Amino acid sequence: MSPEAINFILSVITAATPLLLAATGELVTEKSGVLNLGIEGMMLVGAVIGFATAVHSGNALLGVLAAAGAGIVMSLIFAFLALTLLANQVASGLALTIFGTGLSALMGVGYVGTALQPLPKLSIAGLSDLPIAGPLLFHQDGLVYASFLILGAVIWFLYRSRAGLVLRAIGDSHEAAHAIGYPVIAIRYAATAFGGAMAGLAGAYMSLAYSPSWSENMTAGRGWIALALVVFATWRPIWLLLGAYLFGGIMYLSLYVQGLGVALPSQLISSLPYLATILVLVLISRDRIRIRLNAPACLGRPFHATG
Amino acid sequence: MWLRLESRGRRSPLWTYGSPVLALLLTVITAGLIFAVLGQRPGEALYTFLVAPLVNTGGLPELFVKAAPLILIGVGLSLGFRANVWNIGAEGQFILGAIFGGGLALHVGEGGGWWLFPAMIVLGVLGGMAWAAIPAFLKTCFNANEILTSLMLTYVAQLLLLYLVTGPWKDPEGYGFPQTAMFGDSALVPILIPETRLHLGVVFALAAALAGWLILSKSLLGFQLRVFGLAPRAARFAGFSENGLTWISLLLGGGLAGLAGLFEVAGPIGQLTPSISPGYGFTAIIVAFLGRLHPLGVVLAGLVLALSYLGGETAQIELGLPNAVTGIFQGILLFFLLGCDVLILYRLRIGSRSVPAGPAPDMAQAGTAP
Repeated sequence: MSPEAINFILSVITAATPLLLAATGELVTEKSGVLNLGIEGMMLVGAVIGFATAVHSGNALLGVLAAAGAGIVMSLIFAFLALTLLANQVASGLALTIFGTGLSALMGVGYVGTALQPLPKLSIAGLSDLPIAGPLLFHQDGLVYASFLILGAVIWFLYRSRAGLVLRAIGDSHEAAHAIGYPVIAIRYAATAFGGAMAGLAGAYMSLAYSPSWSENMTAGRGWIALALVVFATWRPIWLLLGAYLFGGIMYLSLYVQGLGVALPSQLISSLPYLATILVLVLISRDRIRIRLNAPACLGRPFHATG
Repeated sequence: MWLRLESRGRRSPLWTYGSPVLALLLTVITAGLIFAVLGQRPGEALYTFLVAPLVNTGGLPELFVKAAPLILIGVGLSLGFRANVWNIGAEGQFILGAIFGGGLALHVGEGGGWWLFPAMIVLGVLGGMAWAAIPAFLKTCFNANEILTSLMLTYVAQLLLLYLVTGPWKDPEGYGFPQTAMFGDSALVPILIPETRLHLGVVFALAAALAGWLILSKSLLGFQLRVFGLAPRAARFAGFSENGLTWISLLLGGGLAGLAGLFEVAGPIGQLTPSISPGYGFTAIIVAFLGRLHPLGVVLAGLVLALSYLGGETAQIELGLPNAVTGIFQGILLFFLLGCDVLILYRLRIGSRSVPAGPAPDMAQAGTAP
């Protein structure tokens, strides 16, 4: 494999990782029946908090953890509105994104123009020096490894563990799960917080690894693309991997083609990921039966236990 | 449980209208706290944000100038939201309206007569409708979620506008700035009061609110929209066309957003630039909810949110606060509003368990809160 090809794959990994992180979190949230449209806002707040923490502490790991924490705090605002106060989930998620966009811009004012070393690449002695597989598989930053490990853990959790079964049951019929005695609201809180933590990590990847800096609205719609990826995967986590890397590839290609100086206007090329998202949504959603079979039946519906 | 909800069994008319007032009050208090955290004196900062913009000379007309696009978009969105059609891409439809109408103005240049501005209005509406037709088509034919498609199209619209003002439509005498030439005189929106920026768009906004109210409360269409939002199954049994309502909601919302975009570029701005909207399309979502998804309420809510823009500008100039403060307040306002709305259907009970008095009125619909 030529060095160009290896570089290409590395760039796709970089573009795909934030999408995979955010979409994995949202998938778990949605599996519990909660639709949180606030990913973009949570990612932005995670990005700025992670960046600020890393700048002040000089410790990237601390930045990553702070970003996850910020994502959790943001998601709990949403959870309190949508789960405790039974507010409309679509509106609450939008509010979270509007709020997060403003909050991150305010907090980031002092950091625009500050640069930071990218997240350190973790090498594994011996393995990292292998040809081809070395740089691709064993010379990545921690969040890339984490995105795969967490996806694997989520698949195991959802389909092999009892708690995952309960979570899916709550997403498919909160009344039945409540009648059996499962704490519907508490588990939904946990699933929402997990989604928040993952969105925070995705934000940290943007501001600490993808382009180690802060700029307003730097996620540029990736939170929304992550939401679309969950539909693309028809709520089956393994398909997120394909979706995230497909979109990572499209995002990188749009940068790459611009670099080649093709005669196409750069704005047209930049709009490709958004147009591709629409195309993919159309192709997947066309099959109403498959959507209905796979979507959590209680997605977006409020639950109020009476009696 | 430390917080318990007890169903009222019906909508509380008091809290339907009390909730926005309480939410505004809580937002103002929170804003004061945030100002304190930012190192400002809360009282002074709140005065700068909420009162100063209005008592400054020309403050009131400016409030209406900022409210006009919010009301236009908000009226359209409130009708669609009633039917659970979530068009959140109004920002993109706003931009397309500006591109369509503004494109004609640029094409005609300094010439043109009385017909130019009306033609721009028509094109602006068509531009917004065309952009909103895409999610409507994809939703009705392919079942694609309109939230995601309309939002993705907003990014595409922003890039399209950027392409036009930096490429084919760029002003050759603009010293390389990404902007078009200024529109000719006959392409500019008529001003209602000399010496101010108060323009015809304000009249259109109020007329749209009135028309929206008539549609919602007096027409079969309005009835169908409301039934679809409250009881989709009943609406289907009644034979209402779900696809038809999706199309109407999106075209109405898109057309009004396009109209708002046209007025903005033909009025206060007078040309196309990459930043023709400070997020009106997204703020209008808050306007629609704050106005209780009611076209007349949207007028009041539009004025409130317009004040948040003016206040943000004043605070930026006088206190050196970043413009992002506006977005935070808008988000917090929507948080509080959504939270306070719980009071419409429920009473809050704080403390541990208590014996419910009598059978709960909503036993029949246990677990499926509206």
